[in-house]
Amino acid sequence: MKTNSTYAACVVASAFMFATPVLADATAEGIAKYREALAEGNPAELWEMRGEELWKEARGPKKATLEKCDLGQGPGVVKGAFVTLPRHFADTGRVQDLESRLLTCMETLQGIPADEVAKTPFGKGEQKNIEALVAWISAESRGMKFNLPMAHPEEKRMYEIGKRAFNYRGGTHDFGCVTCHGEDGKRIRLQDLPNLTKGPDAARGFGSWPAYRVSSGELWSMQRRLNDCFRQQRFPYPLYGSDVTIALSSYLGVTANGTVESIAPAIKR
Amino acid sequence: MAGPMRIRAASNGTETEVKILMSHDMETGQRKDASGALVPAHHITELTATHNGRVVLAAQFGPAVSKNPYLQFKFAGGAKGDKVNVSWVDNKGDKRTDEVVVA
Repeated sequence: MKTNSTYAACVVASAFMFATPVLADATAEGIAKYREALAEGNPAELWEMRGEELWKEARGPKKATLEKCDLGQGPGVVKGAFVTLPRHFADTGRVQDLESRLLTCMETLQGIPADEVAKTPFGKGEQKNIEALVAWISAESRGMKFNLPMAHPEEKRMYEIGKRAFNYRGGTHDFGCVTCHGEDGKRIRLQDLPNLTKGPDAARGFGSWPAYRVSSGELWSMQRRLNDCFRQQRFPYPLYGSDVTIALSSYLGVTANGTVESIAPAIKR
Repeated sequence: MAGPMRIRAASNGTETEVKILMSHDMETGQRKDASGALVPAHHITELTATHNGRVVLAAQFGPAVSKNPYLQFKFAGGAKGDKVNVSWVDNKGDKRTDEVVVA
């Protein structure tokens, strides 16, 4: 009897030892399957549809569409614009990301005051329209690789500032972007953290926003994602479309250049 | 008010697969807003899908269904060029109908 139970215990122990790695694989596989199932019916498509309509709709005090908006590829060219932003624009004389560029277009073409839109809370009023627009514009570059220009001195400067901001630690928790996104193979609970200092991971991270968040049922733009990064670090909220957010995007985008294809707008937990 | 649905329908000759993405808040009636007041329930109650006028799916939805719901199903038959029509009604009487041509 005694030998039998010892034997049984041994079998159980060894089975457990072998089972653990298999179980971990099964979990990862399960999560991958779940993500695949989610991506099938990504509600970001609903925003894409609305964004395309908004682009062609005459709105604002000037009753104009955004079809003459220059996103860096020439007036009205949307395809491929997302993967080259942020970049320097000669007409405004500064480096702009997709959202700050949209603000410029809305103000100059449609007469919608940019500073008022920038002050509007996320998910309300005109900000809702921006969500739809960025969803559609990013979707038009789906499958393309990042190709941010670095020829203009301002673009180089923004990249360097972004790099410093990314590595800057401060606040009550001595946090920086680099705390969570500077090493391979890290995660918070079940969320894998991309190492944003390296190309493919930066493309996977930067290239998946805007994204639909299942937990809140909202579509988050890159500006909103960065805004939340600041909150998580216990930093004061950055202003919408401010230079530090654009610099961070420049750094992430340039790091992502030429690696993995953009999948934005993606779907997130 | 309700936004359009995204519907895809594809036939392989013997059966047709339909994928529907709906735009709806799907409030459960259990959540509270910032001031502590209950957010009233607002969700789809009935959904009907027809193929060339024949009902192929009738469903009752409740508060347990997620925001912006996604629904996928197959029905026997259906050919390229046929019409699939999907409509829903919510508990406030709001309606939405969209149609798609089978690919």
